[in-house]
Amino acid sequence: MSGFIRIVEARKTFGDDVRGNRSHNQLVRALDGVSLDVDKGEVVLIIGPSGSGKSTLLRAVNRLETLDSGEIWIGDDAVTAKHADLRRIREDVGMVFQSFNLFAHLSILENVSLAPRIVRKVSAAQARETARQLLERVGLADKLDRYPRQLSGGQQQRAAIARALAMNPRALLFDEPTSALDPEMIKEVLDVMTALADEGMTMLVVSHEMGFARAAADRVVFMDNGRIVEQGSPEQVFSSARETRTREFLAHILN
Amino acid sequence: MKRNRVAAALGGVPWWLVLVVGLGIVALTTALADASYRVIFGAVAKGFGVTMTVAVVSYAASLVLGLFLGLARASRFRPLREVSTFYIELVRGLPMLVILYYIAFVGAPALAGVLNALLAPLIRSGAIEAFQSRSFDFATRAALALTLGYAAFIAEIFRAGIESVDRGQIEAAHALGLSPAQTMVRVVLPQAIRNVLPALANEFVAIIKDSALVSVLGVQDITQIGKVYAASTFKFFETYNVVAFFYLCMTISLSMLVRALERRLKRENAR
Ligand SMILES: Nc1ncnc2c1ncn2[C@@H]1O[C@H](COP(=O)(O)OP(=O)(O)O)[C@@H](O)[C@H]1O
Ligand SMILES: [Mg+2]
Repeated sequence: MSGFIRIVEARKTFGDDVRGNRSHNQLVRALDGVSLDVDKGEVVLIIGPSGSGKSTLLRAVNRLETLDSGEIWIGDDAVTAKHADLRRIREDVGMVFQSFNLFAHLSILENVSLAPRIVRKVSAAQARETARQLLERVGLADKLDRYPRQLSGGQQQRAAIARALAMNPRALLFDEPTSALDPEMIKEVLDVMTALADEGMTMLVVSHEMGFARAAADRVVFMDNGRIVEQGSPEQVFSSARETRTREFLAHILN
Repeated sequence: MKRNRVAAALGGVPWWLVLVVGLGIVALTTALADASYRVIFGAVAKGFGVTMTVAVVSYAASLVLGLFLGLARASRFRPLREVSTFYIELVRGLPMLVILYYIAFVGAPALAGVLNALLAPLIRSGAIEAFQSRSFDFATRAALALTLGYAAFIAEIFRAGIESVDRGQIEAAHALGLSPAQTMVRVVLPQAIRNVLPALANEFVAIIKDSALVSVLGVQDITQIGKVYAASTFKFFETYNVVAFFYLCMTISLSMLVRALERRLKRENAR
């Protein structure tokens, strides 16, 4: 009954704690009571219009964002506890961003081996070896010494996935991993993600790639205005959504 | 066609540099040929070491102090931010000459008093002697003043560098479990420093020029030696030619190095 990632009544409002903006009539309810359980090995796809709170939800799971109220658990760790061990939580949950966010001053190999060395205190040689294997796995074996700016978007995103995997996470968060990519590069990234899903990785993915949804998602969650409007299997949500709002949104993105 | 190419080639020549080097060669050959210039050269050259020492020591110390002030300025901890901003605004609002007088004649006695109070037990037991203002020679006070003044400018450069680093990379570092301090040292500072390297190097050129201010305290730098020499021999024209020559040799060559550095960084970023 209890999932591996448990989100209970998550609420988050923006506006009153933004520096230099004290006006209370500009409050934004980014999360308005979201509850979601993700089982071990499950791949959950989150869809919804821009501004519906998808990123905020993902960022709350590894505590890049702090909730106003509600609870989030990863296994037995309370992410939302006041004195939560952030390092441990972030070691457990990897994140992949829309804009890759690779470290520009480090080679791809160094990008992948940095956190294991610094956070996990793995030896430099061991970290390099692991990084090499991971980069080989995402098809970048011949690019180890390149810098991020020397790679295409698709290659950068695959390196970013390898970087997240290097910490040996128990779950991965993807925030629109292919939105910044040229169409011809989307597939290479989705292939890596699909392979991870097949290997049993627990994944929470914000994406509107229908192909990936059909191939890899166990469940699709539709969010709007900081709430989960409806959820179900990809088949169910895409072909017979209950809510009008969901159908309108799907019609819009599938046009 | 041909004419255009010649014009383009001539346009690409840095004429100011040709002029500077030409004048430099003329100045040097004149100096070597003329006995009185040779004497002035020899005299003023004795100040070269002092000028360079004051500049290098103040610059190194202000890099360290400026880095910490810059980190405090970019900190998320408000009191640190306020204190460093207060210091930076205060110092940047004062003429360097006033800072120099202040440190030399107010700061040094105060520093002696503070050290005496802190080390009172040692002094009473006779292990060390009590400090007095003159425990700090004027060259030390001058270097301290330049350090405190330049640290404020350099702090602002570091802050700009820190803020120039992409937020997304900082988030990625946090998401990987790096602490804020690890993120600063491993991700932000390497990129920040690289981005502001030319600006930092320009401050060294500036501090060489401002080191001439120490002459008002009687420190025997190039300017002070020139001033005394000119006043005693009435050879103002020749003496200040030589003084200017020394400064220009240092500043122009350094400026060119900075430009080369800028070009190199730009090339590397474009690769
Ligand atoms: N740091 C922030 N400061 C202020 N408002 C924010 C911040 N982050 C998100 N928001 C607001 O919260 C709402 C949800 O944003 P987000 O979670 O990014 O939506 P999505 O990822 O679904 O597009 C939006 O209205 C957005 O403007
Ligand atoms: Mg988003």
